[in-house]
Amino acid sequence: MEINKDLIAASSTPLVLAILAEGDSYGYAILRRVQELSGGRMEWTDGMLYPVLHRLERAGHIQARWQVAESGRRRKYYRMTPQGRAQLAEERRQWQTVDATLRGIWRMLSLAVPAAPPLQAA
Amino acid sequence: MLEEQIEQWRSYLRNRQAIHTVDIAELEDHLREQIGALSAAGLAPDEAFLVAVKRLGNLDALSREFAREHSDRLWKQLVVPAADTGEPQAAARTDALVAFGLAVAAAVAIKVPALFGMQLDQDAGFYVRNLSLFVLPLLTGYFVWKRRLETRTLPWLATAFVAAGVFANVYPFTPEGNTEILAAIHGPIALWIVVGVAYAGGRWGEVAGRMDFIRFSGELFIYYVLIALGGGVLMGFTAGIFEAIGIDIEPIFESWILPCGAVGGVLVASWLVEAKQSVIENMAPVLARLFTPLFAIVLLVFLGIVLGTGRGLDIEREVLIIFDLLLVVVLGLLLYSISARDPRSPAGAFDWLLVVLVLSALLADAVALWAIAARITEFGFTPNRVAALGMNVILLVNLAWSAVLSIRFLRGRGAFADLERWQTNYLWVYAVWAAIVVITFPPIFRFI
Repeated sequence: MEINKDLIAASSTPLVLAILAEGDSYGYAILRRVQELSGGRMEWTDGMLYPVLHRLERAGHIQARWQVAESGRRRKYYRMTPQGRAQLAEERRQWQTVDATLRGIWRMLSLAVPAAPPLQAA
Repeated sequence: MLEEQIEQWRSYLRNRQAIHTVDIAELEDHLREQIGALSAAGLAPDEAFLVAVKRLGNLDALSREFAREHSDRLWKQLVVPAADTGEPQAAARTDALVAFGLAVAAAVAIKVPALFGMQLDQDAGFYVRNLSLFVLPLLTGYFVWKRRLETRTLPWLATAFVAAGVFANVYPFTPEGNTEILAAIHGPIALWIVVGVAYAGGRWGEVAGRMDFIRFSGELFIYYVLIALGGGVLMGFTAGIFEAIGIDIEPIFESWILPCGAVGGVLVASWLVEAKQSVIENMAPVLARLFTPLFAIVLLVFLGIVLGTGRGLDIEREVLIIFDLLLVVVLGLLLYSISARDPRSPAGAFDWLLVVLVLSALLADAVALWAIAARITEFGFTPNRVAALGMNVILLVNLAWSAVLSIRFLRGRGAFADLERWQTNYLWVYAVWAAIVVITFPPIFRFI
């Protein structure tokens, strides 16, 4: 399913922050996690993740460090900061409001929106 | 095979201004991880590479996204070198330290004579004649160090400075006389070529080496003017805020800040030019391009009026100076247009414009010389007038031959390189003429 570009952009911040809240990670692994969580239905262009990470880093929500990975290559890991945690809570509150509002109106319209296909194993 | 492809991809990314080396490293890690996963799923390495690159996204879109996040990167930063350059950074730091050290040394040097009772205001003549000797040896030293100049060149450079010091100080000049001022003006011009030899660092014999020095000189001038303007603003505020608390900084300003800043600024400006030459577009050619048409228009209008109305030139005594300066400016426009031109590109409209500029300047100068020649005997041969006339002849010869070479080039009968060679060889003429003025004029004119 093709998801609107604006929606992808808007949801990237809470998604990346939430994934980093699970533990430190790096670009490729974050993308894999997004794929896994969405059952492969949210397609990000891989490269676009990095400007998002850099923006979050500049805002102070996450912190980067270079470290040698088990593969022997140097890899840039990101870690969430306390400020990022607060930001995630705030994002979550906002998204829940949006979500709750939409749910309400979907119910009232009782439109037969074709439901998304069931999650497949990533 | 795969490594080659990745290297190619990397060099492709390096051309993107908004994507820095660290980002490339981060993206490369991603790419390799992706290739690894795809290969494990059964793809051949080159297929895996293609898929992985495609998944990273369109390069234009990606670099646009990076540019949006790092908009500062589109402005090339000079003073703060990129944090990821690694080893060259240490060299850059050493370079900066040496340059600033020499700047401080120049600032100290100019205050040393004060220890022996030479005051700036009372012994102005001494300082004016020797000013360049406080700076240029240090600047030369900077380039000797930076270019690791061969030691057999060093005695020649040293001899030039010693000779300059001798000629500046042994003549019994009349205080504030004409010959003293002429010597003060021409000394630095003659010594500038010594700086050039050090700057070119063994490439002085090549046209390209001397052309680089011409480029350096233009940029240095622009940087120095900018630094001086900044210094002026700083001093203005300093004077203002200290006056508010009843402290007059003028004495400190005159005897310390101005002389030390003026000599130190040359070294700092030189270092800046060196540090940024490959980073930022050179300014002198930009200004030359901007002002060439404007000067051409002014000169054409001037000539039109003179020739059209037959209006005679009002021959003031110093009219030659203004025409000398005009030729210097025209030469500068020509020189910096040449310096930024790709010698292989074919002749274009701008080359014609340059010829028009040079020809109109020659014509304007000829009109002035004609008017002066008629009355030169009446005015008499003072040192200033002879020096101005000599300079005028030198510039006239240069521009006239440049015009010939340019026209030959435009008509396809000569190479652009001829013009470059002519200009770079001519550097010697300025230096030799300046040396003649410094060495022979004072005795010829009895030190007046």
